[in-house]
Amino acid sequence: MTRLVVGPFNRVEGDLEVKLEIGDGRVEKAHVVSPLYRGFERILLGKPPADALVYAPRICGICSVSQSVAAAKALAQAQGLAMPPNGELAVNLVHATENIADHLTHFYLFFMPDFARETYSRESWFAAARERFTAIKGTAAEDMLPARAQFMHLMGLLAGKWPHTLSIQPGGSTRAVTNGEIARMSAILSAFRRFLERTLYGDTLERIASLSSVAELEGWAAEKAPESSDFRHFLSISRHLDLRRLGPSAGLFMSFGAYTVDGATLFPRGVHDNGHLALDINAIAEDVSHAMYRSGADALKPFDGETVPDIDREGAYSWCKAPRLNGKIAEVGALARQLVSGHPLVLDLVSKDGGNVHARVVARLLEVALVTMAMEGWVNALRSGERFIRHADMPDSAEGAGLAEAARGSLGHWIRIEGGRIANYQIIAPTTWNFSPRDADGTPGPLEQALEGAPVRSGETEPVAVQHIVRSFDPCLVCTVH
Amino acid sequence: MHRRREPLRLLWLQSGGCGGCTLSLIGAEGPDLIATFEAAGIEVLWHPSLSEASGREVIEILQRIVDGEETLDILCLEGAVMRGPNGTGRFHMMSGTDRPVMDWVAELAAKAGHVVAVGSCAAFGGITAAGANEVEACGLAYDGQREGGLLGPDFRSRSGMPVINIAGCPIHPGWLTETLHSIAAGRFGATEIDEWERPLSYTMHLVHHGCARNEFYEFKASAEELCDMGCMMENLGCKGTQARADCNTRAWNGGGSCLDGGYPCINCTAPGFEEPGHSFTRTPKVSGIPVGLPTDMPKAWFVALASLSKAATPPRLKENAVADHLTRSPVDRQKKR
Ligand code: SF4
Ligand code: SF4
Repeated sequence: MTRLVVGPFNRVEGDLEVKLEIGDGRVEKAHVVSPLYRGFERILLGKPPADALVYAPRICGICSVSQSVAAAKALAQAQGLAMPPNGELAVNLVHATENIADHLTHFYLFFMPDFARETYSRESWFAAARERFTAIKGTAAEDMLPARAQFMHLMGLLAGKWPHTLSIQPGGSTRAVTNGEIARMSAILSAFRRFLERTLYGDTLERIASLSSVAELEGWAAEKAPESSDFRHFLSISRHLDLRRLGPSAGLFMSFGAYTVDGATLFPRGVHDNGHLALDINAIAEDVSHAMYRSGADALKPFDGETVPDIDREGAYSWCKAPRLNGKIAEVGALARQLVSGHPLVLDLVSKDGGNVHARVVARLLEVALVTMAMEGWVNALRSGERFIRHADMPDSAEGAGLAEAARGSLGHWIRIEGGRIANYQIIAPTTWNFSPRDADGTPGPLEQALEGAPVRSGETEPVAVQHIVRSFDPCLVCTVH
Repeated sequence: MHRRREPLRLLWLQSGGCGGCTLSLIGAEGPDLIATFEAAGIEVLWHPSLSEASGREVIEILQRIVDGEETLDILCLEGAVMRGPNGTGRFHMMSGTDRPVMDWVAELAAKAGHVVAVGSCAAFGGITAAGANEVEACGLAYDGQREGGLLGPDFRSRSGMPVINIAGCPIHPGWLTETLHSIAAGRFGATEIDEWERPLSYTMHLVHHGCARNEFYEFKASAEELCDMGCMMENLGCKGTQARADCNTRAWNGGGSCLDGGYPCINCTAPGFEEPGHSFTRTPKVSGIPVGLPTDMPKAWFVALASLSKAATPPRLKENAVADHLTRSPVDRQKKR
C-alpha cells in the first residue's frame, strides 16, 4: 500500500487536500482535508442581525448570492416577513443568474480542462479536447467568458453588482425595475439563450429539457459530431472514459428546494433514496468527532451548534464538520436537486448506474437549460410600479432557519437573536455535506466514499480519476469551512 | 503578433478570503480577462482557479521561485494573511506542503518584482479580520489601519514599490486589469498610489461622484427605507461622500453600482470597513445630525447648507425620494399638457 497526498487542488473554489491510501492500482481509503479556517460563525456573534446580510455573502465569492438568500430567509423567518411577488421574482432571477454562471464556470473553467491533461495524450479524442478545453488557452474559455460576462449584466441591473450584493433582503429586493429595464433583461436572456443553443448544446433549450431517458440522450448525442457542441463533446469523452463507473454516490440525495413563486417551487424540497421522501429539517445535526472543533457532544442540531476551534483535537483532520441527516450521509448538488424534482432523464441515469461523475455533469448542464427557461418566465411576470420589498422591525429575540440551494447544493443558515443581537449563527454549506470527514461511527463523507476504488494509473502523483471525481461535485471549500 | 517585451510572470495565491475577487475578475469586459492578459503580455505561472497544474507541479513552481530558479514578476495575494492561532499560521496550511500559507507568501514576496494585494482582505485584513479577529487575519502591509501586516512597513518589492493595495470587496475587474497593464507597460510608479498605496486611478474619486442620487443629495431629499430612491446618506448609512472609489462612474456588471442597486455604500475600499461600529444600513446620528460627514466639509457648513437645501426641496424630489421608482417626472415648462 502506498500513501499519496494530493494538493494544492486547483480549479476548485478554495483549498483542498486529499490523502489517499492506494493498493492494487486503486484508492483504498481517502481522507478529505479542508485546510483553511476563517470563523464566520464567530464573526457574526454579537452583531446587529441585519448586518448578517453584509458578512454572510462574503463567506464565498462564488455563491455569494446563495449565502445572501439563506441569510435573508433566516432573518425573514425571525421577522415573520414574506416577500411581495415582485420581490420573489427578482430574488429568484438574481439567484438563478449566479447559479447558472456557476454551472458554466464549473464546466468550462474547472472540470473540462482535466481532459486536456497530458495523461490522455494517447487517446483518440485528445487533440480536439486539448484544442477546446485547455486551461486559459482553449477556445472554449474564449467563447464562454464574454457570454458569461454579458449574462451577468442581469446582476448589474437587479443587484447593483456581483459578488456581494446587498439587494437581497428578508422582505424582497432593494431594486425595483421599470418596463424599460424589463425589456433589457429579456434581451440579455435571449442573447444568452443564443450562446447556450449554439455553443453549449447545439440544440434548443426545450429539446435538452425534454430528454427523458438514457437512450434518448444517447440518441440525441449521436445525431451530430461530438465536436459540434460542448455538451456532445463531453458526452463523447465520458463514453470513452466510462465516467459512469467513476465516483459512485454512496448515500441518499437531498435538496432544500429552490426558486419559489407564490408558494410553488421550481425544484421541490425533499430526499431521494430510491424514491421520493419528505425532508425533516429537524433531523439535521453536525458531527465534529473528526473536525478541529471543541465539542461537548458528538453531534448538535444547527440551532444549538457550536463553532470553537480546537486545532489539536485528537483524531481530527479537517476544518469541515460532518453534517448528517438522521445520522446518514447525504449528497447534495444538481444531481440531488433533479432527482428530488423527479426529472425523468436524471432518474433513469441513476436507476441504471447510480450517482457518478457522468450523472453529476449531465444534471448540471440539464439544469442550465431548465433554469434559463424559467428565468424568461420570471422576467415576463415582473410588474413595474408594484412593490419589490416589504419592511418589518427586527424582534429582540427570535429564531430563523434559511434554506436555499446554491449551484453545488443545499445551503442552510440558522440564526438565534437575543437582546437584539446575534446570539448564535450556524451555517451548513453544500460542500460541508459532500466533503465531510468521518463521523463518530467512522462513516466517511460522500466524497471520501466516492473516491474509494478510483483507479490510479501507474506513476501518477495526481491521479486524474481522483481529479475528475473531486471536481464532479463542484466543491467550494471556502463555503465548507466558512 | 509581435511582443514588445518579455512576458511578465504572474503568480496568484489565495488565503483567508472568499475567492470573490477572482470571480469578479473573470467578469472583466472590454476586453475579457484572457485578452487583457495577452494584451499586457502577462503569463500566468499559476492561478488556483484558472490553471491546469495541480498538486506537486504547483509546489514545484513555488519552490523554483523561492530558490531563484524562476523569475516572479508579479505576486498577487487574494484573501487575508492568516496568522492564527498564536502567530503560527496553522489556520491555513498550504495543501500538500504541511506549511502555513503565511510562510510561503512571505518567501515569495521577497522574490517578487511587484506585490499586489487583491481585495480588502489582502490589503488590510478585510472581512476576515472582523469581530474579535480570533484568526489573527491581517493584510500584506497593513493590519487594519496599522502599518505592518505580514511584510512590515518597510517592505519594498524588487521594483522598489511597496505592496500595491487594490482594495475593495470585491475588486472591480477594471481596477486590477488596468493596474496590471500599467505595471507591464512600466508606467506604474510611486506617484500612482494614494496614502494607503491604492491605485489613484480609482481612488482619486469618491463613490459619491456620478451617483444617480446626486440631485436628491443636493436637496437632502432622503430615502427612508431600502428601495427608496432618495439619497441614502441621512438615514441608510451611505458612506459615498467619504468612500474613495469610482463605482458610480465605472459600471459594475455592465451598468450597476451598489447605489444603483438600491442599497448604501459601505466603504469597502477602506481599511476597517468591516467594523463600522454601527449597523451598516443605518446612519448613526447625534441629535439628528449624521456623525460621518462628507470628506472635506466643515460640520457647521454642512448643517447650515443642509437646513437651507431642505427648505428648498422641490416637491418632485421630496416625493420621489421615498418611492421605489420615479413617480413624478420633471416638468417641461415650454410644453403644457
Ligand atoms: S476582499 Fe471581499 S471579495 Fe475579496 S476575497 Fe476578501 S471577502 Fe472576498
Ligand atoms: S446615496 Fe450616497 S453616494 Fe449617492 S448621493 Fe447620496 S451620499 Fe452620495
